[in-house]
Amino acid sequence: MKARLLAATSAAALSVAGMASAQENELTLCWAAWDPANALVELSKDFETQSGIKMNFEFVPWPNFADRMLNELNSGGQLCDLLIGDSQWIGGSAENGHYVKLNDFFDAEGISMDDFAPATVRAYSTWPKGEPNYYALPAMGDANGWFYRKDWFARPEIQAEFKEKYGRDLAEPKTQKELLEIAQFFQGREIDGQTVYGASIFTERGSEGITMGATGALYAWGFKYENTPGKYDMEGAVNSPEAVEALEFYKELYKTATPPGYDNAYMEQSLDAFKSGQVAMAMNWFAFFPGLYADPNTGGDKIDFFVNPAQNVAASTLGGQGISVVSYTDNMDGALAYIKWFAQPDVQKKWWSMGGYSCHKAVLEDPDFVNTAPFAGDFLEAMGGVQDFWQEPAYASLLLAMQERLHNYVVADQGTAQEALDGLIADWTEVFEDEGKL
Amino acid sequence: MPDPVAVIASATPDPIARKVRGLSDRAIAWLFVAPTIFLLLAINIFPLIWTVRLSFTNYRANRPNEEVEWVGLRNYIRILTDDGIWANMQTTAHFLFWTLFFQVLLGFTLAWLINRKFKGNDLLTTLIVLPMMLSPAVVGNFWTFLYQPQIGLVNYMVELLTGTPASSFSMLGAGGYAKWSIIIVDTWMWTPFVMLICLAGLRSIPDYIYEAAEIDRASKWRQFWTITIPMVLPFLMLAVLFRGIENFKMFDMVVLLTGGGPGNETLLASIDLKREAFEKWRTGYSSAYAIILFVTVFGLASIYVKALNKVKER
Repeated sequence: MKARLLAATSAAALSVAGMASAQENELTLCWAAWDPANALVELSKDFETQSGIKMNFEFVPWPNFADRMLNELNSGGQLCDLLIGDSQWIGGSAENGHYVKLNDFFDAEGISMDDFAPATVRAYSTWPKGEPNYYALPAMGDANGWFYRKDWFARPEIQAEFKEKYGRDLAEPKTQKELLEIAQFFQGREIDGQTVYGASIFTERGSEGITMGATGALYAWGFKYENTPGKYDMEGAVNSPEAVEALEFYKELYKTATPPGYDNAYMEQSLDAFKSGQVAMAMNWFAFFPGLYADPNTGGDKIDFFVNPAQNVAASTLGGQGISVVSYTDNMDGALAYIKWFAQPDVQKKWWSMGGYSCHKAVLEDPDFVNTAPFAGDFLEAMGGVQDFWQEPAYASLLLAMQERLHNYVVADQGTAQEALDGLIADWTEVFEDEGKL
Repeated sequence: MPDPVAVIASATPDPIARKVRGLSDRAIAWLFVAPTIFLLLAINIFPLIWTVRLSFTNYRANRPNEEVEWVGLRNYIRILTDDGIWANMQTTAHFLFWTLFFQVLLGFTLAWLINRKFKGNDLLTTLIVLPMMLSPAVVGNFWTFLYQPQIGLVNYMVELLTGTPASSFSMLGAGGYAKWSIIIVDTWMWTPFVMLICLAGLRSIPDYIYEAAEIDRASKWRQFWTITIPMVLPFLMLAVLFRGIENFKMFDMVVLLTGGGPGNETLLASIDLKREAFEKWRTGYSSAYAIILFVTVFGLASIYVKALNKVKER
């Protein structure tokens, strides 16, 4: 009996030791489930070979990504050692201690933030914004851009009809109003025996969709969150006449130039509308562009890309994420080793070649960069003028308020643009008062 | 043949047997019930008390390091004076009333028809109850396709019947249809449940009562109003109670169909509560919100159960 007990105890002890050892040699990286994540799995095989650390991945579909990951962080969960989290999370994650501050590590390992595009460092890494406190390494540059059916645009009969109607050639729009005209031109048109529509845009209600879509127009008209950065003085900025005009524009685009039933559409729906040949143009994140270009039915010669058109200013909605080390990891050394490996210029170059959007200057400032993909030049241009949503710790409350106000006005036809933006200021003011910032 | 009780008794280890022998029947009963009571307290009662406590604070679960302040009734006052929340309550009441109305009407009618003897009765009953066996997630997803303006069957049928172009309107989008769209789906899914309960009620009525009525020359209409309805009423009320409680906390299906939209048109209180609690992380505030909803459901259900008992006593 005693011998049996001893054997069982030894086996248990060995298995616990084995688990601990396995944990030291494994890392779990959490991200959204999308094309770049698959590229990262491939890229990370090099890290596994070099370090001997086994990589596990936890990818969550976009609609549930924020819910799932923020719950994980807020509960101090140990699922993720590394997290490629949305830029808006950085304020909350820094202040609540979910992310490891990386300054000392960067200094010790000679990783310089000067090697990365400044806009991405500010957006994906710093908190408070612009301060040299780094909580992430820029991992995946992204912005909201556009793509269109180049083959339809090139058809002589369509070209002629457009020129007759608008007095100019049908080409990539240079302004938001040109974009609207083109979208309206295609709306309800018969092409190859199929009724097609103007553009697929973001209108989703549940997470962040309509905000990410509408800000593309708002930023292009010159929308600002505050009159003075850091002062939370929103009156006159958020509801400026330009902002009102931009929101009215977005509603007109939705009402007059989108496919029927696209009243709750985000990334997936936008891709589906384009790939199924329903729309002439669509908005989506640059991250999807490699996949779109490779699509056998609507990619290749049939597709081209353009940056979010300017109206009063050139601006695009920022996407993308930085990679952070989760404070609750039980493999801190391994997680930091991954960051060190990922920051290397050669790895960043390979990352871009595999479909990831590197933010490293060694990639972006390469003279040949714009020729590496049909959307590379647009990506560079977009990243030069990106603007992001609030990155405050209370960003979720701010985002949900904007989702509600915009969806009520744009999709549900309630009230005016002025009322929507005035209401938004009231909602945001309440949030900032609760936060003790006003 | 040995006495089974004696066998069990002899198999009980001596130390345990000695301890049990010294206990009264009441103590043994408590011993058996104690684990259940403990679980009930741990899983239901303690969280409820804890929620009440949190509802008087500004606690946020995503900021464990922040100081928690006692805010008194502030959360309750803010909720009860918030026009948005009242609008969500009205949306919930609208959903609740019409789903119950249609489910009772259709459920009882179906049960009444199914209760007759005819060939294929069992097969038809099985087919009718299929929707309630599906997962709400599945139902939400496939009804989203059915409502799709370009490819959806619903819009196609409307075009066929009225001539209104299918792609000219969106059942889940703007235009005031979204509220009714979710009612249609819930009614489709849960009418069979009401039907089954009503069927049980109808089949529990003894034939001799109808036979006595026939002898008294009561018309079919009179039999229906004076025998069928009163005797099925307790069952029907029970079905309304179950569906009412379920629909008051309806979440999954509506989230999948509309996400609460367009705008706030289908934003039920439960969806709003989830956003406050697990997206905005206003834990104290959402605790107060949850308590208000709990008191509302509990209060209404208590009144209703009293009415149900009165009906049963009649």
